[in-house]
Amino acid sequence: MKRIEAVNDFVIKFANVNGTGSASANNLFAKAIFRMGIPVSPKNIFPSNIQGLPTWYEVRVNDRGYLGRRGGIDIALSVNPQSMAQDIQEVEPGGYFVYDNTKPLDLRLLRDDVEIIGIPLTRICNEEYKDPRQRQLFKNVIYVGALAALLDMDFKVLTSLVEDQFKGKEKLVLPNIHALELGHQWVRSNIDCPIGIRVEATDKVGDEILLDGNTALGLGAIYGGATVAAWYPITPSTSVVDAFEKYAKRMRIDPGTGRKNYAIVQAEDELAAIGMAIGAAWNGARAFTATSGPGVSLMSEFLGLAYFAEIPTVLFNVQRAGPSTGMPTRTQQSDVLSCAYASHGDTKQVLLFPSTPGECFDFAAQSFDLAERLQTPIIIMSDLDLGMNDNMSKPLSWDDERTYDRGKVVTAEQLDEGFDFGRYLDVDGDAICYRTYPGTHPNKGAFFTRGTSRDEYAVYTERGEAYEENMLRLLRKWETINEYVPAPEIISCGKDTHLGVIYFGTSEESSKEALDYLIEEGIHMNAMRVRAFPFNSEVKSFIEDHEQVFVIEQNRDAQLRTLLMAEFEFGPDKLKSVLCFDGTPISARNIRKQIKKHLNGDNVTPLHRRSVANAAGENQ
Amino acid sequence: MSYQLPKFRHPDLPVNDLGYTKADYEGAISTLCAGCGHDSISGAIVRSCHELSIEPHKIAKLSGIGCSSKSPTYFLGQSHGFNSVHGRMPSVVTGAALANRDLLYLGVSGDGDTASIGMGQFAHAVRRNLNMVYIVMNNGCYGLTKGQDSATADEGSASKKGDPSLWGAIDLCATALQMGATFVARSFSGDKEQLVPLIKAAISHRGFALLDVVSPCVTFNNNPESTKSYEFVREHAEATGTVDFVPLRKEITTDYKPGTAQEVTMHDGSSLHLYKVDESLNPFDRRSALNTIEDHREAGSILTGLIYIDEDSRDLHDLMETSQRPLNELDESDLCPGNKMLQNINASLR
Repeated sequence: MKRIEAVNDFVIKFANVNGTGSASANNLFAKAIFRMGIPVSPKNIFPSNIQGLPTWYEVRVNDRGYLGRRGGIDIALSVNPQSMAQDIQEVEPGGYFVYDNTKPLDLRLLRDDVEIIGIPLTRICNEEYKDPRQRQLFKNVIYVGALAALLDMDFKVLTSLVEDQFKGKEKLVLPNIHALELGHQWVRSNIDCPIGIRVEATDKVGDEILLDGNTALGLGAIYGGATVAAWYPITPSTSVVDAFEKYAKRMRIDPGTGRKNYAIVQAEDELAAIGMAIGAAWNGARAFTATSGPGVSLMSEFLGLAYFAEIPTVLFNVQRAGPSTGMPTRTQQSDVLSCAYASHGDTKQVLLFPSTPGECFDFAAQSFDLAERLQTPIIIMSDLDLGMNDNMSKPLSWDDERTYDRGKVVTAEQLDEGFDFGRYLDVDGDAICYRTYPGTHPNKGAFFTRGTSRDEYAVYTERGEAYEENMLRLLRKWETINEYVPAPEIISCGKDTHLGVIYFGTSEESSKEALDYLIEEGIHMNAMRVRAFPFNSEVKSFIEDHEQVFVIEQNRDAQLRTLLMAEFEFGPDKLKSVLCFDGTPISARNIRKQIKKHLNGDNVTPLHRRSVANAAGENQ
Repeated sequence: MSYQLPKFRHPDLPVNDLGYTKADYEGAISTLCAGCGHDSISGAIVRSCHELSIEPHKIAKLSGIGCSSKSPTYFLGQSHGFNSVHGRMPSVVTGAALANRDLLYLGVSGDGDTASIGMGQFAHAVRRNLNMVYIVMNNGCYGLTKGQDSATADEGSASKKGDPSLWGAIDLCATALQMGATFVARSFSGDKEQLVPLIKAAISHRGFALLDVVSPCVTFNNNPESTKSYEFVREHAEATGTVDFVPLRKEITTDYKPGTAQEVTMHDGSSLHLYKVDESLNPFDRRSALNTIEDHREAGSILTGLIYIDEDSRDLHDLMETSQRPLNELDESDLCPGNKMLQNINASLR
């Protein structure tokens, strides 16, 4: 058997039972790799359940900085008999299967092309601990210690991480370090270390941070000046408001009075949650709500009101696999269309597509400026993969000179000076009108906000011309919005090519990696990461400049492609789909395979062809 | 269409403490049916706000959808208004009230808007003791869609369409009491002498104040078979007592019989004098209030007047300990922690 040999370049998958504390132990492993200076991306693949079902945690370690899913597993570490048969099957030929051999492995599961490593985790625990809960928790820590020996990790990094993690709860430090040592020592005395795969300290992470997108959104809302958060619990968005609250408790308590400079309401449902955000924004506070697909469905009516009545509204949508309840703990980018045109009647909603925690932070803060400047809902389209997993990211930064753009708000002084206030009067020619906050002036500037048709002075009317004029103004406003939303990021391959790819959000990392694989095969493509809807003119010209454009996305129906065709009227021949919708993040190998299949089928000859047998492999 | 009232007024119209006449509290001309109970309630709101000398722009009026929810156009023309979506006014008020605790929030809804599509939001706004006045213009039917029964139509009551309702009525006062309301009153659009002081008391109350006002629909539900008709309500209304509202620092001029009156000091220092008629009701006791409602329901009469009040009510902001300064007045210096703090956070994420 030719076993896999690698340094700082592998994929390990932990298979465990949920509710046993495994995620924090696995996170300890990932963070230790990060602290050793090696780029890492952990992905928690968990069930919609609290305790007892199989759960996985996949960690990509790659010193070239590829952070997307690669596809394929080099090491499986399985302590869950329920999933062992599947876990061992997934290991690449030449890979490693580490398991708890307190009970012998079912012989039918054995593979002769995989190195099997048994560690008696349960036995070690039972001998060491009496309390069943301790046995369960420390088993996970013990296997992290064991891995440190197998992979030749710096043990000191693990111990210092434990010390950091339990700062303030020092009682817990020593027992955890002891558990790490138990695993480490057992492996050192019983197994040839290291195995063919190992890690070596390096300096490839620079000043980057490890953070989940939801925390970054919550923190961005703090920096962006949000004071009102209304929400209803739903996976995978719940931790957005958790983070907002955590940081608000630290940074938003008035030092003089001890009172809160923020308000968080857990609403009775998503309808109420967005209603509260709209009410607060109407009244001049910066407000947001966070939800996922099912919540967006419920919020659609209110999104139409906010679009039509032009109320700044910020909505964070952390997407999951739909339709209906779908796979609530799995990732997808499948709310593109339902959000872009959310609500009945003619509506268009502004979407922002972050792809890293840093961008989640920036977009979250920026979304309040955009909402107030543009007087319309801003929907940030994150997803479970970005929102709930620790992702490497550029450090967060804030310009202390920056002020909030509160948009066009008329003050009492301006009204006294004779400002001709019409709530829906296009004074500046950019189709964005002026508004007043309630309570501004004793007898000027009051108006009636409504979802029904009205004239430029907000007076109810059923005149078709007035209605039509207003709807056309909203369309003109859409053009203005184009100038404000983040432009796409275009990466030229530096060669003359007629091929392009478009991706957005969490497909970025895997897409970039796949493009590198394709270059090795002589296929060169330019790339564009779409960052917002409306699409601006650069998006259009990128597509026009390429004969064939692949649209990479994580849903079944090629929703971004549909949106591009609807907005620009490109034909279906021009845009080809690369899709993944099994609920796991799209992998680089998968993208490469789908693009090659299209190219072969379309009889496109690559510029030059190298050996097909390259490092990337072909199994996914 | 909205038609504005002519601005010309008699020069000797009485002015309030702020120098405003009643006309300064009026809105556009009503487009509701002639004789609609809702217009009387609008009139009572205008009178109450004028007499209480509330600055019109310090009031925000919000509603849902339906005939009742159209009515905010017809009063308080100098106040910001928000005609939101069906049954969802409570959430919009919640957000608005969180943003600025200093305004008076006047919510207007109907029986369809509150007791059916908006039941969930109504219940939760009550539960949070949102500081607002919530007026239900209750006519037992869906007027704007031509007279279907609503959830407050009494069992056996028939509208103009003729079929008696099969279902028992939802009593919004009883529901609100169950949800923890801190001010509950019922009135009748045809009884301004009772309605005006109740609106004033509701405005002075700190917390959620429900005013369920029976307000007959002259077009679809004013027939002899209906229990929400003018005639039926006049014959069957039984008041808990009479109410006098005495604003802060105003000399008490009303004469009342000692021994039968109770005085309630409101949060803003004004006071409420209750003249009890119904000896069985203790308006400071939730259980007594619920029992009295049930007794009247069994007897086939409509209990009106102040039904329950919690003098020690603590509203949403009190409970959440939010800033005394309205949140919408805070700026970057109050809200943004700055880059140095962010760099500390970065350091903790490595």
